[in-house]
This record gives sequence, C-alpha cells and structure tokens, in this order.
Amino acid sequence: MKEIALHLLDIVQNSVKAGAAHVDIDFALDPDGTLHMRVRDDGCGMSPEFVERVRSPFVTTRTTRKVGLGIPLLMQNAMQSGGGVDIESELGKGTTITATFLTRSIDCLPLGDLASTMATIIMGSPDAPEFSLHCASPDGEMDFTTEQIRPALDGVSLAEPAVVQWIQESLQEEIEPILGGIMS
Amino acid sequence: MKSLAELEAIRKATLSRINVRTEEKGETTRVVIGMATCGIAAGARPVMLAFMDEIQKRQLAHVTVSQTGCVGMCRLEPMVDVIVPGQEKVTYVHVKPDMVPRIVAEHVVNGRPVQEYTIGAAENA
Repeated sequence: MKEIALHLLDIVQNSVKAGAAHVDIDFALDPDGTLHMRVRDDGCGMSPEFVERVRSPFVTTRTTRKVGLGIPLLMQNAMQSGGGVDIESELGKGTTITATFLTRSIDCLPLGDLASTMATIIMGSPDAPEFSLHCASPDGEMDFTTEQIRPALDGVSLAEPAVVQWIQESLQEEIEPILGGIMS
Repeated sequence: MKSLAELEAIRKATLSRINVRTEEKGETTRVVIGMATCGIAAGARPVMLAFMDEIQKRQLAHVTVSQTGCVGMCRLEPMVDVIVPGQEKVTYVHVKPDMVPRIVAEHVVNGRPVQEYTIGAAENA
C-alpha cells in the first residue's frame, strides 16, 4: 500500500464483514507527529484464540484461499515507521484495531487521500453500517457521520454518484486544515 | 462541512433520475470493481471514483457501481466487470482511471466492449 488511507479502506472491510452496525474511525495526530488510526466496530468480534493468530498472513476467514494480507501489511507499514498495531476484540461485542505511525520517520507512509477512502467505504456499504470519522490534531478537529446526512437525503442512497462526490469533496475540505501536513 | 442544503438539492436531482429509471424500466448495467487487499494495493480506489465521476458527468440513470472481494487473479488487479443486460459479462484487467471514460462511452453507453482492455486480450498478449 502507498498510503495509510488505503490500509484504512482495506481493514474497514473486516468490520463490514463482521456485521457491524457502527464503525467509528478516528485519526489523532499528536504534537510529536505520532498518528493513531483507530477503527472500532460493534461487529461479531473474535475469540481470544483467533486474535492470537490473526496477525499471521496464513489466517483468514475467507474460504477461497488460505492467505489474508490485510492486517499483516498494515503491521508491516506501521512497524516500519517505528509504530505498531494493537488489536482488542471480544466475541459478540466487537473489535478495535489501532495502528500507530510515527509520521516523522522517513519510512512512514503518507496519510494519503482520506476523503476518497471514506467516500469509497461509504459507497461500498451505503445502507449499513453507519460510519463515523473523527480527526484531531493540534490544528483542530472535525466530525462526520453517515447518520447525520441520512435525513437530508431522505431515502436517496449514499451510493448515488452525486452523493459520493459530495462526501468526498466536503470531507476533503474539512480534513485538509487538520491533517494536511501529513497527507503527502 | 459543505452545506446540507447542497445535499437537499442533490436529493431532488437524484430523485428525478430515479424516476426516469423506474418509468423507463430499462434494465440496469452493473459495474463491479475488485476491492480486496490486492485490488486496493493495485489502485482500485481511483478507478472506482473515476467510474462514479463519469456516470455523474453523463447523468447515466441505468448504471450501478458496486464493490466485490478478491476473485483470485490478484496479478491482474485492478479488475472491473461490466455486465450489460442480455450480454455476456466482460472483465477488464489492469484498469487505470484514464481508461474509464472509454469503457463508459463505448461499452456502458454503446454496448461495445473495449476489446484491448479485456482479460482475453491480456491473456493472449
């Protein structure tokens, strides 16, 4: 992956497949350049045994093949910057995965196009779950939820091209002043 | 945030398009994009947004874009299936955003697949 935002697009699929009703995405940039990316869902969760094994590339829930590289690739890129990945999960409650990136490391990926990732995520699952995005840095913070825009759309799908474009553009406008420094 | 009033306008415009869709009862063309780890790493996200953009520009009412997982040919990603009703499914491989306007114009709108971008052309090369 060339961007942290692409890892987000990839691992959020895990939350969607886990049947989550809510997926909360949080980016927090500390003054020292440490970036915490947290994805919290209320999906089916994993047993402690599965959490133990889930970091292995040879563990996957899919049945077509025996490899799954989403989490291993995320770990590789987080660790390469000096950070890491933490996974907490409880069966029936949900999963929280937190990846830490030291953005001042020369080996750290850029954040990339987070607005496009969010638009793509929402487009891919327009009815459920509800997604929220919270970004914070010393420069400010922003909040966005799919729940907050649904009433204005009154039944029109979040996957309609005009809506996807609106989401992408409005998030871009809001994220740039907060996380613009680590985007590229 | 950009104004919710803008969303309201989008809703109205979209509703009239949806009405066209149901009144004409035309069958829907489906565009399906591979969005698993392999597809994303190979560049599927900009391809997906390019399709949305093109459909929006041309105001196409009978087209849906959706995402799918890994179909097992990761080396050919980004892959896109275009399914026009009454025609055989066509699979495009190594799709880049700049290929999207031509796929939409020639295949989605006019029903003629872009042979040189298809999996058949890639496998025979």
